[in-house]
Amino acid sequence: MSNQPVRRVLEPVSDTGRNGLDYRELLKVSLDSLLANRLRTFLTMLGIIIGVASVVSLMTLGNGASNAITSQFSALGTNVLTIFNGRPNRGPGQSGNIAPLTMSDYKAIARMRLPIVGPVPQFSSSATIAAPVADKSATVLGTTTDYAKVQNITMDTGSFFTDGNVQGASQVVVLGSSLKTYLFGSGEAVGETVRINTLACRVIGVMASKGGGGFGSVDDQALVPITLAHTRLFAARTSDGNLRVSTISLSVINADDIDFTQQRIQMTLRDLRKLKSDGSEDDFNVINQASFLSSLSNITTLLTTFLAAIAGISLLVGGIGIMNIMLVSVTERTKEIGLRRAVGAQSRDILLQFMIEAVVLSLLGGFIGVVLGSILPVALTITGTFNAPVTLNSVIISLSVSLATGLFFGIWPARNAANLNPIQALRHE
Amino acid sequence: MITIEQMTKVYTMGEIEVHALRGVNLTINSGEFVAIMGPSGSGKSTLMNMIGCLDTPTSGRYALDGIEVASLNDNDLSAVRARKLGFVFQQYMLLPRQSALANVEMPMLYRGIESKERARRAQVALELVGMGNRLDHRPNELSGGQQQRVAIARALAGSPSVILADEPTGALDSTTSEEIMYMLKQLNREQKLTIIIVTHESDIAAYADRIVTIRDGVVTTDRKNEVPHV
Ligand SMILES: Nc1ncnc2c1ncn2[C@@H]1O[C@H](COP(=O)(O)OP(=O)(O)OP(=O)(O)O)[C@@H](O)[C@H]1O
Ligand SMILES: [Mg+2]
Repeated sequence: MSNQPVRRVLEPVSDTGRNGLDYRELLKVSLDSLLANRLRTFLTMLGIIIGVASVVSLMTLGNGASNAITSQFSALGTNVLTIFNGRPNRGPGQSGNIAPLTMSDYKAIARMRLPIVGPVPQFSSSATIAAPVADKSATVLGTTTDYAKVQNITMDTGSFFTDGNVQGASQVVVLGSSLKTYLFGSGEAVGETVRINTLACRVIGVMASKGGGGFGSVDDQALVPITLAHTRLFAARTSDGNLRVSTISLSVINADDIDFTQQRIQMTLRDLRKLKSDGSEDDFNVINQASFLSSLSNITTLLTTFLAAIAGISLLVGGIGIMNIMLVSVTERTKEIGLRRAVGAQSRDILLQFMIEAVVLSLLGGFIGVVLGSILPVALTITGTFNAPVTLNSVIISLSVSLATGLFFGIWPARNAANLNPIQALRHE
Repeated sequence: MITIEQMTKVYTMGEIEVHALRGVNLTINSGEFVAIMGPSGSGKSTLMNMIGCLDTPTSGRYALDGIEVASLNDNDLSAVRARKLGFVFQQYMLLPRQSALANVEMPMLYRGIESKERARRAQVALELVGMGNRLDHRPNELSGGQQQRVAIARALAGSPSVILADEPTGALDSTTSEEIMYMLKQLNREQKLTIIIVTHESDIAAYADRIVTIRDGVVTTDRKNEVPHV
């Protein structure tokens, strides 16, 4: 005998009489087991990590995209009312006698002394704009000075035209940023002369880019004093000698006044257009951008939900991954369960051990997933490319889903094993 | 002390009934070293499982240290196993990725022994089986004989009434088997451990003080081994 055992007597145990594990020991057993099987632990967690990361990043990016769309539209002004020609609730191309929107409608609204900025008449038409090196067919919009205020126009270079320019029908033009780039490239535009349908106009300003756009982006347009558009650029006179406008817009100072203002304008215009007495339909539309916004946000919410659903599928796949690994390792684990049962573990001890393992796996995996899933949105937000803040909602949703899948897919195989007779579990092949 | 009277065990597999035990009578006193022999399928393992409280008999009586096992529920059986029994398996059954010390400590977790005391007892038990210098080794870093020693340490660390070993040397070569049996014999003498082993080999059974033979689910011979090996 090479290996002489030490001669000591192992005295009888004085134990506490308690059966099963206390929670501290359970936690230790579970963590020991996870640490002892690092590869299995990692592979199991991988499914959860990928699932949660995709839920968080897709939901966050989806939210960010929908916020970006909404905010671009609200940059155009949610308090803006726009008055169009035509009967409400009908598509374009309406027949029948519709009196065109004219400067007298504009003047009537201006006389009302409403709590608004504006009104601003707009007359737009298409024209060829020729610069020294390039020319382009673009929308030329005749308007007044207040347009800049109502539409929140900021200038990139130069300035907007003045009331004096409007009164004097000055041959001046303000270019949208894209149009400026098309005509002048990166060169200086202010001070140059362009020809609008052969009429020479001096460029006095270039607008900053607005992006987005409700009714054709102002970035692609050329703005001139409405008087110039009416008198020298386009044929705008109606048969009864009035001057036609395409739309009239105004910005309500206080959002609470929008509905009231809308109704007042409607009544005034009906009066002016002699629609009141015979109860006939309006032949104009007063539209609020807020109503566009709400239908828009419905669409973007749908988009985000759709992305979340796709991500949810990957989380489910992650859960199935957990179950798969549990089932693959079930031989080894079933023997372990049989052994633990044989040496005195109660089925409750086994179940709790596996439950804790599953909770630790899915929460840890979920946490790593949240961190990984946040990297792209946070990076985009920090660099200012795209504003996609990680919402508490997406974190809570993905963590609880990962916990649920972890528990469900992790415990189900363990439960079966814990209910096995220990002899069968020990013999499991 | 083990008292078994008229124990039967019937396994029902669909239509077929297998009578694995057909009325076993057996009394084993504490401190005895008993070997159970018999041909394959005679019911040795079945009897060991009954003694080990891993399963309950179909009929008959079984008392372990005065506890009537037949009337216990699953949780009570677990508690009895934790305190009164130590198991040694043919295939060692060690947790593959845990150290020898952790493996020996494991059963004591389930009976409320404090962690310091667990570690101390596990270390003493490993020293007793000659593995005191391998506490941190994993099973795959140990030979078969060494793994079985760790498994024996695991069985005895909690000072059980009885150690049950179903073919403990079945996976070992003859030299290693002799070493293991020699060690069990010493533990039986010096620690006053009650040991019951199942074996096919009379060389192995020769280490025991008493040899019980089973055939077709009943005890056929039960004799003292007048000149036990060693
Ligand atoms: N779980 C079970 N279900 C059905 N039959 C069983 C079960 N366990 C054992 N048996 C049957 O009971 C009888 C006794 O089996 P047991 O395992 O006790 O034999 P053994 O003496 O240990 O044999 P061996 O020396 O081959 O290990 C056999 O006929 C066996 O097929
Ligand atoms: Mg057997």
